Amino acid sequence: MRTNYIFKLLEKGERIDGRKLDEFREIKVLPNAIERAEGSSRVIMGKTDVIVGIKLEIGVPFPDMPNMGTLKTGAEFSPIAHKDFEPGPPSEDATELARVVDRGIRESDCIELEKLCITEKEKAWDVYVDVHIINHDGNLIDASSLAAVSALLNARIPKLEDKTVIRTEFTGKLPVVKKPITVTIGKIMNNFLVDPTKDEEDIFDSRLSVATIEDGKICAMQKGNKTGLKESDVEEMIKLSTKKAKELRKLL
Amino acid sequence: MGKKSDIVLIENGKRLDGRKPLEIRDTEMKVGVIPNANGSSYVRFGKTIAIAAVYGPKLLYPKHLQESDRGIIQCRYNMAPFSVDERVRPGTSRRGTEISKVIKLAFEPVLFLENYPKTGIDIYVEIIQADGSTRVTSVNAASLALANAGIPMRDLVVGLSGGKISDTIILDLDGKEDNNSEADVPVAFMPNKKEITLLQMDGQLTNEELKDIIKNVMKNGEIVYKKQIETLKKRYDE
Repeated sequence: MRTNYIFKLLEKGERIDGRKLDEFREIKVLPNAIERAEGSSRVIMGKTDVIVGIKLEIGVPFPDMPNMGTLKTGAEFSPIAHKDFEPGPPSEDATELARVVDRGIRESDCIELEKLCITEKEKAWDVYVDVHIINHDGNLIDASSLAAVSALLNARIPKLEDKTVIRTEFTGKLPVVKKPITVTIGKIMNNFLVDPTKDEEDIFDSRLSVATIEDGKICAMQKGNKTGLKESDVEEMIKLSTKKAKELRKLL
Repeated sequence: MGKKSDIVLIENGKRLDGRKPLEIRDTEMKVGVIPNANGSSYVRFGKTIAIAAVYGPKLLYPKHLQESDRGIIQCRYNMAPFSVDERVRPGTSRRGTEISKVIKLAFEPVLFLENYPKTGIDIYVEIIQADGSTRVTSVNAASLALANAGIPMRDLVVGLSGGKISDTIILDLDGKEDNNSEADVPVAFMPNKKEITLLQMDGQLTNEELKDIIKNVMKNGEIVYKKQIETLKKRYDE
């Protein structure tokens, strides 16, 4: 019923909540939502509500990058957020979300990981980016990516005394030098949609998430859903995504 | 356990954060915070923040979990990875499993489960920031979320922790007090029926001290109860 209604409206170029096809819902970015985390942010996009918290832990650098800290991203679809989310190990979708968020941050070189090395080969900061979904009404990728970058931007490095992390004192801000923004474009019939609600994304033929940096470069992509895309579709989706990313970046 | 720590937690009748022994931290309560849930709530005691959601009653699957003559409560208590100093690894923990169980039991006497055969009522609590007393904060959050879901209840359930530091009885322990107190006693009770539905303790106390703690929890829990009522009324006045 609802699906048919969405299709019917789309034929007229309209959406179920009255938005234009390329219009975001109301977005609130609330940095420092979790006082006890090293960095955090809550993003509310319409009815979608996500919190990202940053924790820094002492770890061992990877052997092939002995002088760099590491980035570790996780996402949990906590069962509070939707009737279909069940307790248990991360689902396929949760894992995809974590990896897409991770890729946007990692590939943009937004964190200067070489500044997070403490002792070469031995000790470096692990930066944990944890996505926690509070309410799911679509577009988790964009909301989580935005919250992640916002959280990284206010994250601080705790003081280190010998081997003890002093979490009440900080030696400085986490070195974050870029603001990658991910905007997902959904395709239904021949319409391109921005910021889908859950009802809308459930009937997407296809979707493409594109992460872009300030200079306009693309740093990560992810295609989703079952239908293929033409080259011209991809071009159009990237163009729209890049344009809309500028709007989101202003919120940081 | 039960041993005195070197940290001075109470001096001249004042606790580290300036509270009097029986004083409860600054609290904040909201309901209806998760649009997708049948009922939901946000409860903050000091820096401890719990978000609870209730889904159900709904037909329970897999089928072997169903009870033919009553509904069952399923509860999960979970800490967000970023809720404490050292990151919590996501996934089940023995601690989380036990707390989920005692929270579930705290609501068994309150719900009319016999009215919902073959169904399940899911109570999910996420601790998004932890600073002591997370299980009793979860109880308050679950109580509000169940009421917000419109599920009939015999009574609300109030959670409050008690404890002892330097021979003084205290209430609503924060993280530091939780870790260093001589004893801590999480309690949940039905304020009208005056029945205790969750009671745990670790540390060492005399009989008298324990009685004193429970008495104080139930007396001062009245403040928490009033706050729950106020929160629910406010929601439906709007």
